[in-house]
Amino acid sequence: MKKTILIVDDDMDYLFQMKLKVEQFGFDTITADGQKEAEMIIESVKPDLAILDLMMESDDSGFILAYRIKRKYPDVPIIIATAVTAETGMSFDTTSDESQQWIKADLFLDKGIRADQLQREINKLLKI
Amino acid sequence: MAEYKVLVVDDEAGIRMGTRRILQNFKVDYPFMDEHIEFVILEAGTGEDAIEIIDRDMPDIILLDNKLPGIQGIEVLEYVKKKLYDIVVVMITSYASLELAVKATRDGAYDFIPKPFTPQELRSSLENITKQLFLKRMTQKMNKEGKQIRFQFLSVLSHELKAPLNAIEGYLKIMDERQFGDNIHAYQEMINRSLDRITGMRSLIMDLLDLTKIESGSPVQNFQPTDITAIARLSLDTMRPYAIQKDVDIYLNTKESVIMEADSKEIEIILNNLISNAVKYNKQGGRVDIFIKQEKGNIKITVIDSGIGMTDEEKSRLFQDFVRIKNQKTRNITGSGLGLSILKKIVEMYHGEIEVQSVPDQGTTFTITLPQDKQ
Repeated sequence: MKKTILIVDDDMDYLFQMKLKVEQFGFDTITADGQKEAEMIIESVKPDLAILDLMMESDDSGFILAYRIKRKYPDVPIIIATAVTAETGMSFDTTSDESQQWIKADLFLDKGIRADQLQREINKLLKI
Repeated sequence: MAEYKVLVVDDEAGIRMGTRRILQNFKVDYPFMDEHIEFVILEAGTGEDAIEIIDRDMPDIILLDNKLPGIQGIEVLEYVKKKLYDIVVVMITSYASLELAVKATRDGAYDFIPKPFTPQELRSSLENITKQLFLKRMTQKMNKEGKQIRFQFLSVLSHELKAPLNAIEGYLKIMDERQFGDNIHAYQEMINRSLDRITGMRSLIMDLLDLTKIESGSPVQNFQPTDITAIARLSLDTMRPYAIQKDVDIYLNTKESVIMEADSKEIEIILNNLISNAVKYNKQGGRVDIFIKQEKGNIKITVIDSGIGMTDEEKSRLFQDFVRIKNQKTRNITGSGLGLSILKKIVEMYHGEIEVQSVPDQGTTFTITLPQDKQ
């Protein structure tokens, strides 16, 4: 059975492009254009993996959403894809104990990531 | 209540006790300080002890005798200076030689208190020091926060500029790889979206330039009698093609000239922002009404739309930099998120006020009040 990936982003172009890429990798997708819509979706659907934008309704929507998804489905891997990276002075580290306590993401990716790298990271998290 | 730590360094126990007694119920107030400041007294009998206490407890103020059994007071002062500690040092000395005074001042001693001193002399000296220290720390804090706000602005800005670039790059890659075949028509929607994103980016850059001009203090304000109605008409004409496309009617309900002393470019930015928002956040078949009035020494510009409106929570975030109200109804509307913060800054420059009334799904009314006499 095909695995289902939830993609959440408030940028409709990025959402479209990410959906296209992920479907080309051979997955099914569900999309949401913000934290609120995504919260409604996870009430009834359990995805196999989620790819979330960071800044949506608020600057930390991605973190909040990640927290809610993990609380409901602790085993669903979460990728936070963001354009906010080291060059803006904001960087996150998901490996230290301290950040893992509050950032419930398994991986941070830059939005400009190449398709083949993205595919590799998704497969790793899904243990394929 | 805040506490400042005062370290008294003197080999005479009597002086240390006396100082403690004089300062124990002493408080410093200042009209603009929210709280009064009290003092906690630390004591050292030698310069060596003093340095240990300085490193451990980091006092705010040191009352320092020069003549000590081991190292001299002046050496303690040098130590504080070398470590770049944020401490005010006051020399207490019975026979201040000119040479010592010069050296101590050069090394950063803030004041001298002659020994023996009266309680009143000590208190008034300490009051001055406290106020000076408080102001200095306040300024440092504000500078730091200013920098932080700037930093936040820049990181959001780079996010806002990168998002359209990523989107356009993504579409170009899809086309480059011919993912939907060789027929250009298959890519029409992606081309349209790319063009939209470029338009959005251009308007962000234009808005940024406006904002920079305002924030740099706009030394080239050009005040002259300006007809607000005429500018509104101009702005309305600029917006008309967009309004037709959105099926929104715009009415300028004031015909007569309303004149005020102003920089016409700034008034134009205000009106362009208000009218374009009223069109942008409207519904199909909606309308925009503009009124310009002169009353009680004020100019009132009112723009009423029959648009999507907003909730009180959304309203409260309206004037922040880069805040765009994001919900289902606004998802396809592009904007830089800077328009209203620019508008607010201009209105503030004119000592004016902005009032916003809004009902979700019914519309929004913006009223700008500008005093005609700018003091």
